[in-house]
Amino acid sequence: MSSIVFENLTKYFQSSLALDRLNLEVKSGELITLLGPSGCGKTTTLRMLAGFITPDEGKIIVDDRIISAPKNSLPPEKRNMSMIFQSYAIWPHLTVFENVAFGLRLRKVGKKELSDRVAQALALVHLEKLAHRYPSELSGGQQQRVSLARAVVVEPQILLLDEPLSNLDASLREAMRNEILTLHKRLKLTTVYVTHDRIEALALADRVVVMKAGKIQQVGTPEEIYEHPNTEFVASFIGRCNLLSGKLISRNSVEVNGMLFRVADIAKEIGVGDGVVLCIRPHAVIMNSAHYLMDGETANSLGARVEHCEYLGEFREYTLKLDKSNLSLCAIAPPHIRHQPNSLVDISIPIASCRVLPAEVKSAKSPYVMQKV
Amino acid sequence: MKNLVRRGSIANYDFSLIIWLVFIAVLLILIGLPIFWLIRNSFFSLESESFSLINYQTVSIEPRFREAIYNSLLLATGSSCLSLLLGVPTAWIISRTDLPLKSLWRVLLLLVFAMPPFLGAIAWTLLIAPNSGWLNRIYISLTGAETGIFNAYSMWGAIFVIGLSTYPYVFLLTSSALDVVNSELEDAATILGANKGQMTTKITLPLVAPAIIAGGILSFLEAIALFGSPSILLIPARTTVITTEIWQLFQYPPKIELACAFSLCLVLITALLVWVQRSLVARKDYAVITGKVGRKRLLQLGIGRWFALGFCLIVCSLSLFLPVLILLRTALSQSWGRPFGFDNFSWKWFGEVLSNSSTSVAIQNSFFFSAIAATLAMAIALIIAYLVNRRLVPWHQVLSFLPMLPIAIPGVVIAVGIFAAYTRPPLILYGTAAIMIVAFTTRFLPVAFTNANTSVISINPELELAARNLGATSADTVQKVVFPLIKSGLISGWILVFILSIRELSCAILLFTLNTQVMSTALFELVSESSYERLSALAIIMLAIVFTIVLLAYRFLGKDFLLEK
Repeated sequence: MSSIVFENLTKYFQSSLALDRLNLEVKSGELITLLGPSGCGKTTTLRMLAGFITPDEGKIIVDDRIISAPKNSLPPEKRNMSMIFQSYAIWPHLTVFENVAFGLRLRKVGKKELSDRVAQALALVHLEKLAHRYPSELSGGQQQRVSLARAVVVEPQILLLDEPLSNLDASLREAMRNEILTLHKRLKLTTVYVTHDRIEALALADRVVVMKAGKIQQVGTPEEIYEHPNTEFVASFIGRCNLLSGKLISRNSVEVNGMLFRVADIAKEIGVGDGVVLCIRPHAVIMNSAHYLMDGETANSLGARVEHCEYLGEFREYTLKLDKSNLSLCAIAPPHIRHQPNSLVDISIPIASCRVLPAEVKSAKSPYVMQKV
Repeated sequence: MKNLVRRGSIANYDFSLIIWLVFIAVLLILIGLPIFWLIRNSFFSLESESFSLINYQTVSIEPRFREAIYNSLLLATGSSCLSLLLGVPTAWIISRTDLPLKSLWRVLLLLVFAMPPFLGAIAWTLLIAPNSGWLNRIYISLTGAETGIFNAYSMWGAIFVIGLSTYPYVFLLTSSALDVVNSELEDAATILGANKGQMTTKITLPLVAPAIIAGGILSFLEAIALFGSPSILLIPARTTVITTEIWQLFQYPPKIELACAFSLCLVLITALLVWVQRSLVARKDYAVITGKVGRKRLLQLGIGRWFALGFCLIVCSLSLFLPVLILLRTALSQSWGRPFGFDNFSWKWFGEVLSNSSTSVAIQNSFFFSAIAATLAMAIALIIAYLVNRRLVPWHQVLSFLPMLPIAIPGVVIAVGIFAAYTRPPLILYGTAAIMIVAFTTRFLPVAFTNANTSVISINPELELAARNLGATSADTVQKVVFPLIKSGLISGWILVFILSIRELSCAILLFTLNTQVMSTALFELVSESSYERLSALAIIMLAIVFTIVLLAYRFLGKDFLLEK
């Protein structure tokens, strides 16, 4: 197990900046996910950590030893890390056993120990019976298990995963996600996991690193990132939300298009009078207010008209138009709560669920911005 | 950590960069040197010993050059038209109908493709030479006419014979395009009321039109670049084409500078056509060429099957059975002019060809030169393909373009360039085995590169990264991961270059000397001696070698192996 420190890590591809002064510390035994859209620099960071790419500026330090720096980088084969690739990268000319044994043979492990350790690793991913199959005879999920076994059998200091689940179908993805989590809890390897899928990031990570355009946007536990995002980008990338542009009137109220919202959760460095964005998750909009009637101190109570309703099995999704304004809100309610289109409803939004974010400079759009996922 | 790998200090040094530089240098010399001297000589006047346009002036003024260009264009146009007439129907029949014995026809057409064109020309002179040809003699004896009706020694004869050797290009391109046409596209026409004929002419064939045109252009290119067939069939008719004219310029007294200038005129034509052909094949707007194999259902021809079968039988008879039979019959006769029978049967020509020092040396040389050339070409092609695909060096686009250059240069012209480049310091190779090997390597580098490139593209780079990541050095990775994965691709590329080198004539004819005779040049000399029995025996030996290798490769490497060209 090892700790990792990224210091001012910078990388250019041709003349474009792929990674811009990245600073991050990963604790020993921690599972960290790098989350972001394609082109945000997450894979570049991972490949630099693996040693496939050399940084242009900055350095990577593992256990007080510099392993990547512009002039002096340790080659990938000397880093004792294991990586799991998006394509699985299982060698088609070798059997499952030989694929897993590859790293051990390079380390000159004795015959007896080798077969024991390969058997152990295959048992860990439930593939003991398929040891002598060729990769073409395996399903996608099984291939991914082989690549897991191949990665952990060499007892790496650090495990790297590059969007390992993106080529699997939905049900298998969930099962493999749990398997990776179980494996992590058992082996306690320092793990860096790259993904663009927010669910994977939330479910797996000790800490999530949200990246955009080569820069870190926010680092925090899944709860911190989801409930207290620092920017509009983080808020909408990690989950669906209603984003309403307005102005901070006082430390506990925001004005949006003439309507006042009471708020309690304000991001740092916002002063009274600043332009802000109010972030409300759809499930925070409570629609049967007769039942959950809250007082004006802990919730915003509003009247609204149902514009549109979709039944999605696990829940119903409503588009609401707030009274006396042109604001629309998206709300999700349990399936037993039914409202016809055009009916009038009372809604309440707990003030703890109204997160206030700094307005982004460019947002000269309409006051209503609904982020669909 | 207990499993940190320790290695000696030598292993830390990365030798790969040096290997890369060496191979890039070899490639630059191999391709660059002949082209440089070709162009340089074409602008050089021997009389004034300075640069001038005198050679191009001569080429444009003297009528014999203009005549040769006209004849070449006529010959190539005629034979590519014949290729289309033969190739498109066979491709459609074999690919999309319920023709009986389909896989047999595919193998037979593969053999036609592998057959050296000048052997076809030799066989057809035995069949339809004006008076002595067997078909003419049969015609005379049946009708009592004074003379035969066929004449191999004419433009029509040459178009016919060369068309029969170039139609496999049209067949291969058209059938591989037809193989991936989704039947749903045809069904969509049927459901709107089209009958089978309308469906085929309005939907199926237009869909593969780019492939058909590309195949026609390839046939044209092959025909215009041929040296053997036109020299066998047209020199007796006193008709010259570009390639035979270039060869004439090499005869005593040699006019190398003029040959260079005239060669570049030919390159101008071929380069333009190669460009057109490549851009046709690269077009993406015809969805069927994307390679995604769609659902394919065969067309039921009913009674028409037998017509289809008859058509294929005639095409194969003309291009394969008849030529091979006449060569076999001639090789096994005491004297080929007499009727075939027990009293005229003899094995002696085979014995003579194998024991005669010049022909047996030629057979050995062919094997030796072709094997070395195939190995060299594949080695260079593999390293360059790897560098290009992994973008390991700057200028990799240029590097991927260089090995493909010879595809636009006819064999005779490559020989002219190689002659010009290697008869002067620093590399004087003329008269040695090396110049033949260099010539074959240069000529077939595009084939080798296409094969190696396909193999390298098929390996996901992550397969290599995974090995590095688990502790393998770059040398380990190449040895344990890359090489095992591309082995079969490399072997089929090697075999292809080997076969092409064995049957190569147009390049060898300008470069061989007494000691570096190969099978094809030995055959060419026997033609001029008119010793048809010996000639046929050697031809049969060559065909046996080529056909055996093709059939073995087809059996063990799969049917796709000759398609890369």
